[in-house]
Amino acid sequence: MRRSSSIKRILIFAVCLVLLVISLLPFAIMLVNATRSTIQIQQHAVSLIPSTYLMKNMAVLLGKSFNPAVGFMNSTIISVGTTALATYFSTMTAYALVVYEWKLRDGFFKFILAIMMIPAQITMIGFYQMVYKVHMTNQLSMLILPAIASPAMVFFMRQYMVGALSLEIVQSARIDGAKELYIFNKIALPIMKPAIATQAIFTFVSSWNNLFTPLVLLTDQKRYTLPIMISLLRGDIYKTEYGAVYLGLALTALPLIVVYFLLSRYIIAGVALGSVKG
Amino acid sequence: MKRTKQKKNNFSYARYGYLFSLPFALSYAIFSLYPTLYTAIIGFTDLKGIGKTDFHFLWNDPFQNFRTVLTSPTFQTAFKNTIVLWVSNFIPQMALALLLAAWFTDRRTKVPGKGLFKVVFYMPNIITAATVAILFNALFGHPMGPVNDLLVRFGILKEPFNFLIKKGAAKGIVIFIQTWMWYGYTMIVLISGILGISPDIFEAAEVDGANGWQIFWKITLPNIRTILLFTLVTSLIGGLNMFDIPKLFLLGGPDNATMTTSVFIYNQAFSGAYLYNRAAAASMIMFVIIVSASALLFWLMRDRDEEALKKQKKRKNVVNKKVEEEEDTYETQFIH
Repeated sequence: MRRSSSIKRILIFAVCLVLLVISLLPFAIMLVNATRSTIQIQQHAVSLIPSTYLMKNMAVLLGKSFNPAVGFMNSTIISVGTTALATYFSTMTAYALVVYEWKLRDGFFKFILAIMMIPAQITMIGFYQMVYKVHMTNQLSMLILPAIASPAMVFFMRQYMVGALSLEIVQSARIDGAKELYIFNKIALPIMKPAIATQAIFTFVSSWNNLFTPLVLLTDQKRYTLPIMISLLRGDIYKTEYGAVYLGLALTALPLIVVYFLLSRYIIAGVALGSVKG
Repeated sequence: MKRTKQKKNNFSYARYGYLFSLPFALSYAIFSLYPTLYTAIIGFTDLKGIGKTDFHFLWNDPFQNFRTVLTSPTFQTAFKNTIVLWVSNFIPQMALALLLAAWFTDRRTKVPGKGLFKVVFYMPNIITAATVAILFNALFGHPMGPVNDLLVRFGILKEPFNFLIKKGAAKGIVIFIQTWMWYGYTMIVLISGILGISPDIFEAAEVDGANGWQIFWKITLPNIRTILLFTLVTSLIGGLNMFDIPKLFLLGGPDNATMTTSVFIYNQAFSGAYLYNRAAAASMIMFVIIVSASALLFWLMRDRDEEALKKQKKRKNVVNKKVEEEEDTYETQFIH
């Protein structure tokens, strides 16, 4: 019994180790090759030893249409805006569903359940035509404002709020003469902090990584987001510049990897929480 | 007097319910509902050509665009690909996630380094899909991409293989990328589901002398049914919208082998002849498929959920009874 259990442990450990390598290897190759010259990569595409061509690759990369600084800035504006609006207004909508009794409440909640799963991507043609008609295709706000209505997050916030916010607190604040919006901002929001933090991380990441909507709406190079910048690396101008392409990929992946390992505990807990509540 | 005052208060509070959900309602109406209806309408018109916004309804043959799309060989290939790519990444992804989740929650076999493994397995999911797609395009390059380099160096291949122009290989790599990006996420979701099962049930089964295999099939799986269905629904909807990886890995090629319906819609509307009307028709077809698929799965989930609850109660009773019986027999044996 003892022995078979330790054999099983070794087997499990070995399988996990293989998966670990498979998960990390592509990124390791990417990081090492970002420092190697195109000729070195062509001779041997896999190497464990970094080389000294990092700055040369950087010069090649930035000498063409790839501009990570612009992409970074636009992606940051969109992701921060989206995250702020989505979390604030989803919590507010959840507050309306939990705290107040109004005629259409149940119907509204059912409606949110029904639309929760519809992906925005599928109605992009109409969205594009609408935005194009009012000449706002290159406005970042068109990528931010829709976040005010995030049905799935409203659902999550509502489920969390039902357990976390006691109506007695709201009631006593009212007796103290607090206004409704004040109660929401000063009492409900702080109580919802754990849920907001979880949702904020995922909204930020999915907004940061979103390719489809920006690709459809943004045509001005100065408005490009990071994923669109990345898609430029696939173009003909970088066809033979392997070192520069790996460097471009590394520049976009590395910040995410670093932030991920710093926040991994919260992120993993967040995934688990989201699945249970959802 | 007091009562009327309270009533008045309640009435004014109800107003805040509407007020606080107004931003959501407005934003939804403008940015989701209107575009959805607009997409549906465009599907019945002649709207095409770059920069065009005015259109005419196809009164003579309203369903022309829908028919064109449904009979288009490219759309048919794209639809088949979307299903094939989703199914064949979901099955290994789920199998691997279940296996790992069972291992990581096994109370008898503690896996060293469990925390690190979880973190690393989930990592590919957080990286921009655009980066991943282009990275794999570089990794499988010909003749001197890293994969070919390794395969030749270790003597597995005699000479470099051009993965990127072979239809089967290209599909296989997209399936691999999707599995690689998502099994960690599914694993964490399943682990949290398994940890949510009452430990009493496991204890009872262990007392019963059930082995790991039996516990997995008879207790773990039935108890995470809801979460399995949740994963299935979200994965299905994501899979039917698969865009970033197929679009940037090989632009839907070679020979449409990695073309998905989302890539098809994008290409119809935003390249070539800018056929907004056909793209809109294709979108609405996918819209109907997604809504009915998720409605069906939700219906199944709700039904099963209640059923599972009943069964769980029953099983718990049975297990308890069994434990009691066993204790009885144990006692009687002892007495004898």
